[in-house]
Amino acid sequence: MTFSEQLPALQIVIPLLGAPLCVLLRHARGAWLVTLVCNIACTLVALALVAATRDGEIIRYALGGWAAPTGIEYYIDIVNATVLLVVSFISSVVCLYAWNGAEKEVPLDRHYLFYTGWLLCVTGLLGIVITGDAFNAFVFLEISSLATYLLISLGRERNALTAAFRYLVMGSIGASFILIGVGFLYAATGTLNMVDLSERIPQAESTRTVLIAFTFLAIGLMIKAAIFPLHAWLANAYHYAPVTVTALLSGTATKVSLYLLLRFFFNIFGTEYSFGQMLLNYILLPGAIVGFVVMSAVAIFQTDLRRMLAYSSVAQIGYIVAAICLVTPLGISAGIVHIINHAMIKAALFMATGCIIYRLGHAHIQSLGGVAKSMPVTTAAFIVAGLSLIGVPLTAGFVSKFNLIAAMLEKGWWIAAALILMSSLMATIYIGRVVEIMIFRKPRLATPESSGTREAPLMMLLPLWGLIAISIFFGVFGSETLSIAASGAERLLDGRLIEAVTATAAQAGSMEVSQ
Amino acid sequence: MTLLLPPFLFFYAAIACLLLGNAKQRSIILIVVPLISLVWIAFTDTGSHASLEMAGLTLEFMRVDRLSRIFGIIFSIAAFLSALYAWHVKDIMQQVATLGYAGAAIGGVFAGDLLTLFLYWEGTAVTSVFLIWARRTEGAYHTGIRYLIIQVLSGVLLLMGLLLHYRDTGSLAFEAMTLGTLGTWLIFLSFGMKCAFPLMHNWLQDSYPAATVTGTVVLSAFTTKMAVYALARGFPGTEILIYIGAVMTLFPIFFAEIENDLRRVLAYSLNNQLGFMVVGVGIGTPMAINGTAAHAFCHILYKALLFMSVGAVLYRTGTSKASELGGLYKTMPKTAIFCLIGAASISAVPLFSGFVSKSLILSAAGNQGYWLVWGALLIASAGVLSHSGIKIPFTAFFAKDSGKRPAEAPTHMLWAMGITAALCIGIGVAPGALYALLPYDVEYHPYSFDHVLTQFQLLAFALLAFIVLMKTGLHPHEMKATNIDSDWIYRRITPRLVPVVGRAIDTGWSGITQTLVGLFGRGVAQIGKFSEPRGLLARGWGINSMVLILTALMGLVLLFNFGKS
Repeated sequence: MTFSEQLPALQIVIPLLGAPLCVLLRHARGAWLVTLVCNIACTLVALALVAATRDGEIIRYALGGWAAPTGIEYYIDIVNATVLLVVSFISSVVCLYAWNGAEKEVPLDRHYLFYTGWLLCVTGLLGIVITGDAFNAFVFLEISSLATYLLISLGRERNALTAAFRYLVMGSIGASFILIGVGFLYAATGTLNMVDLSERIPQAESTRTVLIAFTFLAIGLMIKAAIFPLHAWLANAYHYAPVTVTALLSGTATKVSLYLLLRFFFNIFGTEYSFGQMLLNYILLPGAIVGFVVMSAVAIFQTDLRRMLAYSSVAQIGYIVAAICLVTPLGISAGIVHIINHAMIKAALFMATGCIIYRLGHAHIQSLGGVAKSMPVTTAAFIVAGLSLIGVPLTAGFVSKFNLIAAMLEKGWWIAAALILMSSLMATIYIGRVVEIMIFRKPRLATPESSGTREAPLMMLLPLWGLIAISIFFGVFGSETLSIAASGAERLLDGRLIEAVTATAAQAGSMEVSQ
Repeated sequence: MTLLLPPFLFFYAAIACLLLGNAKQRSIILIVVPLISLVWIAFTDTGSHASLEMAGLTLEFMRVDRLSRIFGIIFSIAAFLSALYAWHVKDIMQQVATLGYAGAAIGGVFAGDLLTLFLYWEGTAVTSVFLIWARRTEGAYHTGIRYLIIQVLSGVLLLMGLLLHYRDTGSLAFEAMTLGTLGTWLIFLSFGMKCAFPLMHNWLQDSYPAATVTGTVVLSAFTTKMAVYALARGFPGTEILIYIGAVMTLFPIFFAEIENDLRRVLAYSLNNQLGFMVVGVGIGTPMAINGTAAHAFCHILYKALLFMSVGAVLYRTGTSKASELGGLYKTMPKTAIFCLIGAASISAVPLFSGFVSKSLILSAAGNQGYWLVWGALLIASAGVLSHSGIKIPFTAFFAKDSGKRPAEAPTHMLWAMGITAALCIGIGVAPGALYALLPYDVEYHPYSFDHVLTQFQLLAFALLAFIVLMKTGLHPHEMKATNIDSDWIYRRITPRLVPVVGRAIDTGWSGITQTLVGLFGRGVAQIGKFSEPRGLLARGWGINSMVLILTALMGLVLLFNFGKS
């Protein structure tokens, strides 16, 4: 038994053990340190997993040595290894940022609970992604959701509680739908293991049970991924949560649900069944397209920066879903690229917003006049990240948008491509409007809190700019993300995890033997 | 080194200006940067100087060849001159916008691929709009929005076109294209919008006169000439351009003739001058392309000079309305002289810059046998003479004495105008240096007997009228003289018809645009009603409604698929 073979387990065990450690410490800064260390360790593990699966390898890890049908199996290929890396990396960066970012938003005596919730949330998110067991995915979904409700409710405004409650109800409905779906699948096939499911569904796919399972899963995942018109919980949750939490969630939570959606409908149900027979794209695509047009328009009219970015998130999710609905290699890889890029961009934007809130105490767009003068570094970060959101060349956002539009044109979806351009135009408007106020408008009146504004603390700016630097790097040298996404798309389209069994049976066997 | 190339240099300078608190330091940056850029462009070898592999695409940021170089040079000169003219401006918004705008325009000219071009294309739009907004009036704000919509729309068309073009050809290189596919048509249309083709021209007259005194000078130099460059690069020899160009030279004359605001007159005449360049692109022979490049070069200078002199008048008197001005030569003699030099240049008087460039295009049209077009251009030349050559200097500086006694323009404005005027005369007297810069080696002598004769035939009557007007202009009731002058020149058109036709088209057109803008505004307001934080789409939906939607969606899905199993 070598260390490297246990990496899949470590990915989950590290944050899971970190969480109780935080409670035991009962020390704000100590808990922060534990969280940071756990997150960085997770990132390293995820990096190793990406490296291991980069060439099409598949890792199947039987937890506790119990083989698949009985025990829970972790199943890792390039698709979820990438998502693991995105989640743990974003979480690390935002955690670094939380040293200052969370100190004003969350009472210091609750910090250890805050970080406990954080670690549990990350455990859940990573678990959803790594597991190869449908029921286990639901369990992790609940872990992350419960932790998320806690984190959102820590927001300073009273509305945070209602926002958290609404999210709790909607999230629970979503999770129960997923549970019901998984239950029906079990009834139809007698297994919960994803690989087995993918093998047995074809024999049972004409049954009504599978149809019901499909429907429940589709709706449940649409809620969790905030796909229009089931997005309504998101705006309040992102708005009223502590902005550090929003930065974390915007980069990770919806992306993980999107991953689960990809896995279920492409690999487990199979492309042919989901899109050929069940016409999944007829369910997703109208919502996605209306979503990115309408939500971009809504973002223009918001008065609070966080709310504006929240609606912009719904619009961006619309892009990803529209790309997935193409069901072409180009389209799916564009979707995956945008999952990666948007996670970084939106996290960076929320972090910049957090810097502003840290100094001004609010994020009312109309009162941001003079911010450029007092906080030039933050403003510059907001502008660069905003350009990336719009999709200006040399930024990560451009790489995804270019591929997205190219994929649409390849399939001949002219109107959708034009609508994407239109919604990019709207993104220009809502970002440009904020930037204009920041740079050119004078501070409204010299209130005590705004007169003494200065640049945000270094510990907030460094992670923010680090993230932006990386997103620019991915913009200029986009070929690496593109090729990862392309091989991911190939894995998703290729099928029902079947050839995974044959191709890597030997490897999986050795792993089981070694324990 | 790559990162210190001219377009980027402008952007760094713009960022530096944003951070600098001192207006004078910013002004110095504004003057120095174009000079560095000028030296770099003038002394750099042709070839590609910066390219980038990005996600499987090759972006070429710095393609220097003879066509892009001459545009780069004149853009740098224009940036320098307008910066000198705007030395007194302390407004950080205008200064940053000017730098960004000039940088984007220069970047666009050196773009070796369509994607880079698109980037700068939009860059010029979003930077230049601040020169309009800098006036900080309600009207200027709305004008700016209208301007921005058109400009960004042009960019979006370009983007769609280039994507289609990329799909068709697999290449993003910005080279000569032939019209035919949807992609090329979209690109063509996008260029045309920025170039103010007929019926797409309104943004120009709408926005340029609305900018600040110095902003108009900057605006007049870049956007449209960048489009001319793009046409010359992308669509040389496209025949339809000849006719578009010919119409462009003719129709603004009507409007310019009836317009009272001198800056609007200049905006119309700008349109007319663009027509000459477009005709040159359409003919597409080396001589015609040379003519276009040379005419763009000269045109930027004399148009800037005219805008500067009218701007100086506006700066001193607070108005640029023809009916409120007159007799200013008494206290602003230097500005008056510079204005006359600009007017002589735009009228293509021999020994002034317009002559040596315009005759290239006229000769090219003649050589290729486009006699109808040649005639149209000749008529248009006469029109230029009337509204820019005579109306501008006459109504502002001579004519009926308005009683205004403003001080002479500030020294830095005089310097800027002086240098520009010197360039106009210098090019007119010794065109060799300009010709050496042109894209193609063509042996051409503008001062041949027939050229000069043609031009003098044209000028003779106008000069006569001009002198008559100068002599009688001091008398209070001699404003009629303008009418005599125009009916002399358009002797084939009934004099009364000119204003009537002009006004009819103007009313009709503005009616259409007003309706469209109104509809657009109402649409936006409607969207806003749903989208504002309390609106239907954006308020926090209750759990009930969320569940209702969910149920409905689920029912829909089941209904959709239930029959299948």
